[in-house]
Amino acid sequence: MACLLEAPLRISVLSEVTATSRHYVDRLFDPDPQNVLQGVIDMKNAVIGNNRQKANLIVLGAVPRLLYLLQQSSSSLELRTECAVVLGSLAMGTENNIKSLVDCHIIPALLQGLLCSDLIFIEACLRCLRTVFISPVTPVQLLYTDPTVIPHLMSLLSLSQHTQEYITQIFAHCCKTPEHQTVLFNHGAIQNIAPLLISPSYKVRMQALKCFSVLAYENAQVSMTLVNVLVDGEQLSQVFVRMMQRDKPIEMQLTAAKCLTYMCRAGAIRTDDNCIVLKTLPCLVRMCSKERLLEERVEGAETLAYLMEPDIELQRIASVTDHLVSMLADYFKYPSSVSAITDIKREKGDAFYSIILYCKCSLDHDLKHAHELRQAAFKLYASLGSNDEDIRKKITETENMMDRIVSGLSESSIKVRLAAVRCLHSLSRSVQQLRTSFHDHAVWKPLMKLLQNAPDEVLVMASSTLCNLLLEFSPSKEPILESGVIELLCSLTQSDSPALRVNGIWALMNMAFQADQKVKVEIVQALGTEQLFRLLSDPDTNVLMKTLGLLRNLLSTRPDMSSHGKQIMQAVTLILEGEHSIEVKEQTLCILANIADGNTAKELIMTNDDMLQKIKYYMGHSNVKLQLAATFCISNLIWNEEDGSQERQDKLREMGFVDILHKLTQASDPNLCDRAKKAMQQYLA
Amino acid sequence: MDSVELCGPAVPDFSTHPGLAAGVAVLQLAASRYLALSEQEKELNQRLRSLYPAVSDQETPLPRSWSPKDKFSYIGLSQNNLRVHYKGHGKTPKDAASVRATHSIPAACGVYYFEVKIISKGRDGYMGIGLSAQGVNMNRLPGWDKHSYGYHGDDGHSFCSSGTGQPYGPTFTTGDVIGCCVNLINNTCFYTKNGHSLGIAFTDLPPNLYPTVGLQTPGEVVDANFGQHPFVFDIEDYMREWRTKIQAQIDCFPIGEREGEWQAMIQKMVASYLVHHSYCATAEAFAKSTDQAVHEELASIKNRQKIQKLVLSGRMGEAIETTQQLYPSLLERNSDLLFMLKVRQFIEMVNGTDSEVRCLGGRSPKSQDSYPGSPRLFNSPVHKASNVITDHLCFPLFPGFDSNYCNGVSSSKGHTSAHSHKSCPPTIPSPEPGVLNGSRGQQTNVSAEVEMEVDHFSNGVSESSSNGFLNGSSTHGIDLEECDADMEVDSAQSKRQLCGGSQAAIERMIQFGRELQSMSEHLRRERGKNSANKKMLKDAFSLLAYSDPWNSPVGYQLDSIQREPVCSTLNSAILETHNLPKQPPLALAVGQAAQCLSLMARTGSGSCAFASVDDYLH
Repeated sequence: MACLLEAPLRISVLSEVTATSRHYVDRLFDPDPQNVLQGVIDMKNAVIGNNRQKANLIVLGAVPRLLYLLQQSSSSLELRTECAVVLGSLAMGTENNIKSLVDCHIIPALLQGLLCSDLIFIEACLRCLRTVFISPVTPVQLLYTDPTVIPHLMSLLSLSQHTQEYITQIFAHCCKTPEHQTVLFNHGAIQNIAPLLISPSYKVRMQALKCFSVLAYENAQVSMTLVNVLVDGEQLSQVFVRMMQRDKPIEMQLTAAKCLTYMCRAGAIRTDDNCIVLKTLPCLVRMCSKERLLEERVEGAETLAYLMEPDIELQRIASVTDHLVSMLADYFKYPSSVSAITDIKREKGDAFYSIILYCKCSLDHDLKHAHELRQAAFKLYASLGSNDEDIRKKITETENMMDRIVSGLSESSIKVRLAAVRCLHSLSRSVQQLRTSFHDHAVWKPLMKLLQNAPDEVLVMASSTLCNLLLEFSPSKEPILESGVIELLCSLTQSDSPALRVNGIWALMNMAFQADQKVKVEIVQALGTEQLFRLLSDPDTNVLMKTLGLLRNLLSTRPDMSSHGKQIMQAVTLILEGEHSIEVKEQTLCILANIADGNTAKELIMTNDDMLQKIKYYMGHSNVKLQLAATFCISNLIWNEEDGSQERQDKLREMGFVDILHKLTQASDPNLCDRAKKAMQQYLA
Repeated sequence: MDSVELCGPAVPDFSTHPGLAAGVAVLQLAASRYLALSEQEKELNQRLRSLYPAVSDQETPLPRSWSPKDKFSYIGLSQNNLRVHYKGHGKTPKDAASVRATHSIPAACGVYYFEVKIISKGRDGYMGIGLSAQGVNMNRLPGWDKHSYGYHGDDGHSFCSSGTGQPYGPTFTTGDVIGCCVNLINNTCFYTKNGHSLGIAFTDLPPNLYPTVGLQTPGEVVDANFGQHPFVFDIEDYMREWRTKIQAQIDCFPIGEREGEWQAMIQKMVASYLVHHSYCATAEAFAKSTDQAVHEELASIKNRQKIQKLVLSGRMGEAIETTQQLYPSLLERNSDLLFMLKVRQFIEMVNGTDSEVRCLGGRSPKSQDSYPGSPRLFNSPVHKASNVITDHLCFPLFPGFDSNYCNGVSSSKGHTSAHSHKSCPPTIPSPEPGVLNGSRGQQTNVSAEVEMEVDHFSNGVSESSSNGFLNGSSTHGIDLEECDADMEVDSAQSKRQLCGGSQAAIERMIQFGRELQSMSEHLRRERGKNSANKKMLKDAFSLLAYSDPWNSPVGYQLDSIQREPVCSTLNSAILETHNLPKQPPLALAVGQAAQCLSLMARTGSGSCAFASVDDYLH
């Protein structure tokens, strides 16, 4: 009676329980097995299509008794089968029914039943299991708790079309994680399910296909295996291509396209393969058309976005296929607010409650799809515009596109906000759009708002977009600066997420590029030297690089080193001595060169022999970039027109820099050679 | 001979006599060129047939090339009128020039498609690909004028009967393949570029448009593909979608409002069809289970059935006799019909199947019959197995002729003349009544058995019209054995013999031919000339002019499928005397549907392409 415990709803139902329902349950306890069987059969007929009856029976405790009868080896096979059928029928009802069944441990009982040798009984158990497992309220993990279950299910696949249909449907629903994929793969899912793709039963074909789509998703091992599978002498990819033919049911076309998409993204099929370019891509574009159901359009757009994300050629083809860009504009023509209805609900009394509830439900359904459609469209636009400038232009020129993004950024649904900001990010890679549409629509405003309080996922995208908006040529840079963004960015650099730290520091770097002294001071003050040094020792190279970039930008115009000179020199030494990549060291030497350009700062280097030795070392380094940066640094130190240049020249000559410069004038790299010659000229002048 | 340089129709004659052409290099070249071309032609024909099965090439020919007559003078054509190049000055838009295809796009295509490959974009690439109606100015690019539509390469715009274009697709240039698809069901058009659909370009297109291309600057060259080569775009896939759509529309067509009305009508149609073709047992069972009345007496149906069986098994003499017995005045009044039956009898004599010659020691008619796989339904009943049963019935009745028959085979091999030596024992001038009776008696037995089995038949294969006959024959164990023996002989000796190879039979046939000739003369004197009768007789007689009539140009007459129209005509004539319809309503409805489709094709309803009646007759 475990299932009786929870939920006040049950109690209200209990009051409606009729005598007939009780009668059905009572008959399950009849001492005569023949009467029990007849009772179960009558119960079966009574519950078909009758949700109230189902709920009643559950409340009255029919489930444990049915399970008991089903498990009892003394029960006749017929009785056990009928029990499984009734349980399957009960599972067809509401989600609450499923919950009750699961609470009564129906799953292990039914899985146990699969060990029986009778096909009819097995099929009844599987049918019920299928219904339970495809419900969103059933924990998927229950399929994997007993390690013998999956291999046994695999072995049942050969029994009949029904077992094939139910088992593949269970697999397709219960394969949610890479671990699940691996378990199924290791138990021969591919070899066992592949032949079902040409089963005479449509349902079996369809469920087998769904299995492959969930198995292949972001799984290189499965995908690589799939390409080599032959079904009746035909390559699997060709079987999928046939399933995408336009006269096949939409569900089948869409799922086959998903399979090929996942195989392609997992690297098992090339993006220029005909089955992708000429079949999968057009099929997915068709799924986005107005003729398709809302769900299909959402799935189609999402899958297409995923397919072409890394490939500019696919993006180009998709952008001219069947007016896709303007077709997506239709995705926005669904209601985005339900406020009117909720208002009515508050005003009116109970009499209208149910009607309004009904209206609200159907509207909620539409609304849910409206959200889904919008986020799918944003995702697809983001993917389309991620590389090609012409496509970005085409997207921004689509009717009201920028307005839609702007309002998408502040929508209630997180999914939509995320997708909108992704789209904005993709478009923000365009210099032209940054200069024009982005500024015209003041996209920075909602973006800033989004940054105030959002989950990391959104923050990453939004801050990344902000980086682009803060580029020197972006007209949005000014208003963003004025909105007090520096504090926000500094706080991002303290985030636990490396991506957020990179974006924060990156944005600051962009902001400092050729900025006024006032801005630079503001940045240094807001960030604080402590945080700056913390970032310089960040485990993430990207963070380090951007921090050095920030430093370089901060120090670019004749920096005044009075305040933090010493610490900066320390940091530079630290990095030059550390195990870092060429790029990091180059960036560091550039900082040094910038320091060498400032008046007071020059002394900091000249008095630091250790540092001078390092510069010397890098001038003789095997990497030209480092040689160049180091030479730059020396060149700044010995520049003629500045105070004390003579002394510095002398000191450096003593240290042997002239000889090195002389050698470098013979360098094979023209830049290096040129730079060295210019430096030598300072001595000659 | 020298004049046969190009691929005129004369060349294939040489190829059939290779000896003549062997030494002449020019001819060989010409022949190979002919072959190459004909290969392409063949491929074109094949592709067009498979893409547009509903199009009648006589009524509405498909575009196969550009028209050398329907073009502006700045257009040059080459390569079998498939390549288009620009040969004007190309200075201003006034120098634009277009060419139309030889024919307009027939509505019966349903979906029509052609591709154009840009060989060279020339100076500026001002190329337009599209459609235009007949009479539209050719000194323009497609799309600029009323009833003209085009997609232009330089800007990627679509032009819908207007000088200003709309942004449509990408630009196109040298190396690109541009396809143009006209959907004649919803009257839209979309283009493809290198196999990718670019989406709808035009809607509300008028009928009878021609594929059109236009060029405007020097150096522009494009090649058309009207089906000569495989298309880059998968047009078949698009057509599949529309076929499915149309068929779903048909399947979902709302039928009779009132409950049961539709079903009752269908049942009536089926019943009347069964009765018409005298499937009496099936008809009876069907009427009983669907609770209907049969409007003809059972005996009458059985009589017709008997006659039909005889005709379909090639036993014309018996068929005529039976008809005269059962319907005494029918053939007297209808002398043309009688004449037709007699001509058929003559043919069956040549074939060796008619009872008169078979009695004369011809070989088993079995080997003479080759009944084709699936004859046309509804024109006449299909009695696939009917001849088999006749064989089984007759064969054991003539056991004595077995050796004779083998003799006949070997002795008359290669004989072409009707006047061969008598090599057979007794000549029997006319069928022996006893034998005939015997055969008839047995037949009745068979039909009785058929009736018994019919119930389960109508359940299982009620659609199949090969009704119960097989069933009947399979009940004869002995016959089956005989059948085996017969088959062996058959495979060992495949050459068919005139009148079954019996000399006596040949003489009887000649005699019958003379009678037929005099009947024809008699008919002409009495009723005037009848060209149909004359031709029928001439065709039948010309069978004797060939050493192997079965493989002669007139050999089709010997095919058992030719019995069907005769059978059907006779059946209709009998029914008419009973004031019953000449054609069953079901056949009428099918004919009407087919007629309706061809009417749709003529009036420009493209959906007829995907609604072939045959698709619904399994």
